[in-house]
Amino acid sequence: MKAIRIFGRNIRDAFKSVFRNFSLSFASISCITITLLVVSIAVILSYNVNNFTRLVEQDVTIVAFLDTKTDEDTAKQYLEKIKSIDGVESVEHQTKIQIAEEMMESSETYNNIMSQWKVDGKWVEDEIPLRPTLLVRATSLSKIDNVADEIEKLDPEKETIKLVQYGEDMVKQLISLFDVIRKISIGVVVALILVTAFLIANTIKITIFSRKREIEIMRLVGASNMNIKIPFVFEGLFLGILGSIIPILVTTYGYVAIFENFNGQIFSPFIRLIAPEPFIYLVSGILLLIGMLVGMFGSLVAVKKHLKI
Amino acid sequence: MDLIRFQKVTKKYKNGVVAVNDIDLAIEKGDFVFVIGQTGCGKSTLIKMLYREERPTSGKIIVGGIDVAKLKNWKVFKIRRKIGVVFQDFKLLPKLNVYENVAFALEIFGLPKSEIYSRVMKVLDLVGLKSKAKQYPTQLSGGEQQRVAIARAIVNEPKLLICDEPTGNLDEDTSMEIMSVLEEINKLGTTIIMVTHDTEIVSKMKKRVILLDAGRILKDYEKGTYVHESN
Ligand SMILES: Nc1ncnc2c1ncn2[C@@H]1O[C@H](COP(=O)(O)OP(=O)(O)O)[C@@H](O)[C@H]1O
Ligand SMILES: [Mg+2]
Repeated sequence: MKAIRIFGRNIRDAFKSVFRNFSLSFASISCITITLLVVSIAVILSYNVNNFTRLVEQDVTIVAFLDTKTDEDTAKQYLEKIKSIDGVESVEHQTKIQIAEEMMESSETYNNIMSQWKVDGKWVEDEIPLRPTLLVRATSLSKIDNVADEIEKLDPEKETIKLVQYGEDMVKQLISLFDVIRKISIGVVVALILVTAFLIANTIKITIFSRKREIEIMRLVGASNMNIKIPFVFEGLFLGILGSIIPILVTTYGYVAIFENFNGQIFSPFIRLIAPEPFIYLVSGILLLIGMLVGMFGSLVAVKKHLKI
Repeated sequence: MDLIRFQKVTKKYKNGVVAVNDIDLAIEKGDFVFVIGQTGCGKSTLIKMLYREERPTSGKIIVGGIDVAKLKNWKVFKIRRKIGVVFQDFKLLPKLNVYENVAFALEIFGLPKSEIYSRVMKVLDLVGLKSKAKQYPTQLSGGEQQRVAIARAIVNEPKLLICDEPTGNLDEDTSMEIMSVLEEINKLGTTIIMVTHDTEIVSKMKKRVILLDAGRILKDYEKGTYVHESN
């Protein structure tokens, strides 16, 4: 009971103090806000880069693009040949029409373009500039390089099999770009956290000075060190919490918007962004935690330096 | 029984000033003692060591069975809760009213509101300021402000009340009012040590008087034996 009352009093004091020096508190809060926004970018990128890497590693699909004019029989022949390669799980032939129809479903723009390849609602196959494909699934990731090589060897002149691609190839470059952004933002975060902690320490220092008399009297009437120090730590904590509100909102709504805009897909149907739920709660939790830690750390620095007892 | 015992206590400040020099002194529980002497003779230093604002350079200081000289810094608050202190400059918080200033000393212990209320009102009654509980320090006379400070010092029911020149800023009549409040508190069982240079008050009160000079006890007058010397 007693502890709860003391705790309540500390919280009330800290809260009052945040608003008593509001212009100063505001500077700290803004700094935390900016820091956490960058933290948010870094966290979202990190998780997604990890996720992409994991997905790419699971993606054992190889796509063999065939010449536009390949006829069904030739495609079937190659399909059988590929099936017999060691390490191939399954092969699927996608005709130009199938591909075109799939694309039409996925977007209105495609829909408009592709309807030009139809006459009286029927596909005119020669008009379709797409390539039929053979979708090959390898039995495991370790086999994928070998299988791709073998497929290329089936048609060394590249008369029919024009291009052999697999997941990793397509995504690798974007992943490495994301990774660079992530590394930069982590560097920026570290710098910003230091600046923020310093600003908070300064805010708390001024609070301490403005309450010198009160602190002196508290000591005189027998307040313990904890009694005196804890309100300042809470004040830092509050600054951290207040500073994390905007970043959490921006992250939550922003990520959902981005996810919906891309329909979750960035590279391929297989390589997706992390679904917003429960991911945004995790990110929000991380932001709140970092805000609180930075706030407390800043105030502890000030308390240690300016509240020698 | 002795509440306080100084044994061979010396205090040398960092700048080399020896403010208290090899003092032996015992004060009985329930006593009322004046400490007098010229400015700079070490009066404040002597009592600061009691509530561990200062630490003696050597010697022992026992207060209520505890050697405060040995007390670790983080434990100082424990003896502060058993000692009330009053200063010449009152040390009130201007933004708090009389009630809040006194309650301040209890709130940090997490007492329930109702208990804080009854204890604060009791001491405000004792110092005669019950009717001014809602007023702010700036609305009060110096004597009233000092009575608020006294109320705050005793609200935690300390065994010992230390006063460092509590009447230093007050006129004669007001000073005597303060003295009668202190007398009252002393009668209720609280030991009082009061530092002052107002020898007139000291002779009127007829208490034990310790006269300091250059950090040493020049004379220790038994109760009622001190007479104002200047005329
Ligand atoms: N914190 C301090 N540092 C150094 N010297 C001090 C300090 N406090 C007091 N003194 C010196 O110690 C001596 C005694 O001071 P004090 O105890 O305040 O005397 P009094 O209260 O009798 O006027 C004085 O010479 C004073 O200058
Ligand atoms: Mg003095």
